[in-house]
Amino acid sequence: MVYAAVAAGSFRRYATYRIATVAGVFTNTVFGFIVAYTYIALWDERPHLGGYGQAQALTFVWTAQALLATAALMGGGGLDELQERIRTGDIAVDLYRPADLQLWWLAADLGRAGLQLLGRGVAPMAVGALVFPLALPGDALTWGCFLLSVLFGVLVSFALRYLVALASFWLLDGSGLALISGLACMFFTGMVLPLRVFPGGLGEVVQLLPWAAILQVPADVLMGVRSGDGLVRGLVFQAGWAGALLALGRLVQSAATRKVVVHGG
Amino acid sequence: MASGRTVAEPRGGRGRAAEVARGLAAYGLIVRMWVRSTLAYRTSFVMMTVGNFAANGLDFVAIMLMFSQIESLGGFTLPEVAFLYGTSGIALGLADLLLGSIEGLGRRIRDGTLDTLLLRPVPVFAQIAADRFALRRAGRITQALLVLGWALPRIEVDWTVGRVLMVPMMAVCGTAIFAAVFTAGAAFQFWAQDAAEVQNSFTYGGNALLQYPPTVFAKELVRGVTYLVPLAFVNWLPALRLLGHPDPLGLPGWVDFLGPVVAALMCTGAGLAWRLGLRGYRSTGS
Repeated sequence: MVYAAVAAGSFRRYATYRIATVAGVFTNTVFGFIVAYTYIALWDERPHLGGYGQAQALTFVWTAQALLATAALMGGGGLDELQERIRTGDIAVDLYRPADLQLWWLAADLGRAGLQLLGRGVAPMAVGALVFPLALPGDALTWGCFLLSVLFGVLVSFALRYLVALASFWLLDGSGLALISGLACMFFTGMVLPLRVFPGGLGEVVQLLPWAAILQVPADVLMGVRSGDGLVRGLVFQAGWAGALLALGRLVQSAATRKVVVHGG
Repeated sequence: MASGRTVAEPRGGRGRAAEVARGLAAYGLIVRMWVRSTLAYRTSFVMMTVGNFAANGLDFVAIMLMFSQIESLGGFTLPEVAFLYGTSGIALGLADLLLGSIEGLGRRIRDGTLDTLLLRPVPVFAQIAADRFALRRAGRITQALLVLGWALPRIEVDWTVGRVLMVPMMAVCGTAIFAAVFTAGAAFQFWAQDAAEVQNSFTYGGNALLQYPPTVFAKELVRGVTYLVPLAFVNWLPALRLLGHPDPLGLPGWVDFLGPVVAALMCTGAGLAWRLGLRGYRSTGS
């Protein structure tokens, strides 16, 4: 199938950037250490902050670093290329292809995410687990649920980035919007601080937004904060946002392709 | 193709001074050109600057959210952490504004456009440092200045002339130290073009580290950024002295004032690494 080929090609494409991958692992690990120590100090002052023990807080740190590239927590993740193709008008060529635009880019994004989970996720997590006491599960089932949750998280992340990229059909220069959505992603995923630590009403609201499905839910699944009913609710929450945002992406896509006028004719 | 050796290397003191003056003049010229071109797209520029401001603001929002739950972190109060945050942010922001574009060197080597720079009668360093000069990075500096301005009246310091002077001194030395790290990182790209991200660990990562009190981190990490990559001299050591906190490493007191010496040594080292890298550059071939 063509989409499987696209995903495999994208996987191989990112696999060729070996030095960049090593550099990324190094940077993720350094940041992991810095954030881990600040969280240790924070949880020393306030044990059980946000319902996490210190080991769980540290697990959150290293999960965030492991998923940073995979779930494109800082934006980008290859879809800036789609944005550029819309801006230059190359998108007209893509629309002639006998393949669906959204599925094509989704396949490419899943291939990228797969490689980056292996290439940039495993190593920082392993270093973190060696140096700090992490709350990692011992049973394969929880790890399996975590991977499923990561997949759902990547779907939500893709759906959001796809919407941002499609906005370029209307905005001539989408870089400002991409920047703002990247910031929103960093803040509302819990990358700068776990969403459970946010005070009061803000904490409750941010956990209902789609960004919560990208990092907070997978991390909670991994460290066993979500199990049983909570686990099912978490996965349904993720699947719900993924379905809604992908459907919205389709609507915007059909609106955009109906109005597309490539510059110069 | 052109190599580093084709660039004239004047000898002697006067030749060197003239070379530096020429480089600075060219730097100014290229910067003015990029600023004019940036301001042509005014809305885009405003959005990017606000975004740059907000991106750094998020870090501080995270710190404030933390302090909504606690009184002190590692024995430091919120104004004290804000002081660390502001001084480090200004130093990194200035270095990033002045020569942050240098991290694009790897891309220029890959696509071969570095050769164009080598053919021009202007030092490559001045050209690449001013390349795509991004005025939007002033957003970070503004944000850090605001945080510092908020912190200064709130920290408990018995201000004397000497102590007041330490603050601008920290900004200048810190900028020089981060500039040296940017330059050394770029020089490293002569050998590993795809490794641009490594230097983020030391620049942005260093900034993330210096925002928090040294008491928070493991001793080995603090030793690493004191002796190995001496980022501690950007703000940690002078700030500990200013705020009256004991030094976790227990270094002798005069070390707190070594900032200018460390900055000068680092800039010299980074300059040498840059020359070495440029001299070894052999272009992409045909």
